[in-house]
Amino acid sequence: MAFGKRSKRQDLDLQSSPMAFKNLSGFVIDPVYGTENIAQLDVERDLGGPGEFPFTRGIHKTMYRGRLWTIRQLGSLGSSGEANMRIRNLLAMGATGVSICLDMPTIMGRDSDDPLCEGEVGSSGGVAIDSIADVRQLMDGIDLDQVSINWVCNAQSCVILAFFVAVAEERGISADKLAGTLQNDILKEYQAQKSYYFPPRSSMRLTVDTIKYCCRHMPRFNPISISGYHLASAGANPIQELAFTLANGFTYVEETIKAGVDVDQFAPRLSFFFKVHNDFFENIAKFRAARRIWARAMKEKYRAKDDRSWLFRVHTQTAGSSLTAQQPENNIIRTTLQALSAVLAGTQSLHTNAFDEAHSIPSARSEKLALRTQQIIAHESGVIHTVDPLGGSYYLESLTNKMEEESYRYFEKIEQLGGVLKGIEKGFFQREIADSAYQYQKDIENKRRIIVGLNEYREDGEEPIEMRETDPTFETRKIAELKAFKSQRNQQRVSARIEQIREVARGDGDFMPLFIEAVKDGLTLGEIIGAMRDVFGEYREEAIF
Amino acid sequence: MQEKRKIRILLAKPGLDGHDRGIKVVARALRDAGMEVIYSGLHQTPEQIVNTALQEGVDGIGLSILSGAHNTIFPKMMALLKEKGLSDLLVFGGGTIPPKDRERLKTMGVGEIFTSGTDTRDIVNYIKGVLEKV
Repeated sequence: MAFGKRSKRQDLDLQSSPMAFKNLSGFVIDPVYGTENIAQLDVERDLGGPGEFPFTRGIHKTMYRGRLWTIRQLGSLGSSGEANMRIRNLLAMGATGVSICLDMPTIMGRDSDDPLCEGEVGSSGGVAIDSIADVRQLMDGIDLDQVSINWVCNAQSCVILAFFVAVAEERGISADKLAGTLQNDILKEYQAQKSYYFPPRSSMRLTVDTIKYCCRHMPRFNPISISGYHLASAGANPIQELAFTLANGFTYVEETIKAGVDVDQFAPRLSFFFKVHNDFFENIAKFRAARRIWARAMKEKYRAKDDRSWLFRVHTQTAGSSLTAQQPENNIIRTTLQALSAVLAGTQSLHTNAFDEAHSIPSARSEKLALRTQQIIAHESGVIHTVDPLGGSYYLESLTNKMEEESYRYFEKIEQLGGVLKGIEKGFFQREIADSAYQYQKDIENKRRIIVGLNEYREDGEEPIEMRETDPTFETRKIAELKAFKSQRNQQRVSARIEQIREVARGDGDFMPLFIEAVKDGLTLGEIIGAMRDVFGEYREEAIF
Repeated sequence: MQEKRKIRILLAKPGLDGHDRGIKVVARALRDAGMEVIYSGLHQTPEQIVNTALQEGVDGIGLSILSGAHNTIFPKMMALLKEKGLSDLLVFGGGTIPPKDRERLKTMGVGEIFTSGTDTRDIVNYIKGVLEKV
């Protein structure tokens, strides 16, 4: 650290307010950056041009001049009918992609009528999906071969994919025409978001199964979105988000290669998901470092030959965890700054949060404003005119290098632990993330970090906020609907399918073709997951804090 | 001099939701403030939580719910506590819980609801304020 170079006055500043000059990863930021900070940087080797190895400056030659990022907003609500309306409304307002979240029972692999789900059906703004009927309704009137749909599903991804493919087939659209993404990143569930049920290795088998299926049958579809977002939501700082996400990515690559698939067959379809938080330049450096590390590893370590295998393609969401319940309108400004950093970082797809999300699922008004934020950045700010406009900045290049170096340090640590799966079993990621979450909270409470309206510039009393009303009778109606759906099925076929699924689970065959047939026979998500649960068992983590 | 008995708090995560950042931060803050903290881990049913509270002889229970299921889970918990003769236990909560629901839960006997942006020192002071008066 270049302390020696600081003037006396700057040293005093540092002592009086040490946090003011640290980014969220905890790196101390110098007062000024110059050529000496990037002396090691070889422009050709480390940056390349846009669309050139190692893609530090972006994965496309023309970036947004050729095509804007996908403006992808969240289009879900408890019932599939309401969610369908919300999706159509977003598309009508100019969204070019949507994400669909699931309610807690669906996320946990259970049907709406499961006693463990009482009070949670249609919860948290997610759609309740029990059967093919729900997905049919959800996708009604939406051009499945035009709109890119991001399914925010993980442990249950294989079943959601089966519903999606089956519904598309009913409408005469074959799987190879479908665009979109499954989140399907199970590793980060054990590390952070905690929506798992099977032991990690069984879940990994399902993820690899869907990757295999998609690279055979769905060339336009991303079978996985390797997600740092949730690591960061649980408390990971940006360097942890970067390093852990990439380490998880490498793990999927290794596991899929182990399953007998050639790297160039699946690597071009791997995609990522990052968070943009409050520190503007740190966000941008994180993406640039990620592209460089990923490209080098895919080419040099995993020997991918297809240049599409080297690309770190990423969806981004502004930071839900940065939103304050206090003075909620301030969140509009936070989100705008975060979104701008994602665009300057060269994201392929972006979700902007609504300002009222610390209180409830977004209202129609806040949802529209969030979408308009992206459109204003895209069409009015001029930042899309040139590719990687901040490239070459002493500060940004130096920060990009630093994030790359620190990532390699984490990779070494993870390797010493025996890899990502071992690290999960040992609680390594969980502890790292909890430590950072606590540190962040303490920094706010001690005012080492200022959050406007929260720990400074506070106002007394809560302002009333317009909230989206949810229907209290939905759960009862959904359970009745499911009962009616189940009564129309051929029960013998259902039982036979359940037995088949158990059999495949006991062996090592492929699941996806069987799941697609099973959902056509009316099997529910809870039944399919339940059949696997009988064989795989359930995972419980040690409760540490 | 006899050492004052430490306050014992059970922090629990009921329901299906796995978002445990908040509860873990609170757990550490209470521990750092000198309390004994038992953290239930994820996916606990109200029955499991009440049983743990009984076994551990805690002074209070804190529930963290971010899924919107608070209107189902809290009433269940309160009824169970009453059934087991534990009505005098301090119950508090945290999560994404709208003002209207917070008021309703308080009339059911929930002591306090802490939402996003709460200073952990306020939670510590609240618990000490209630339990050290007794």
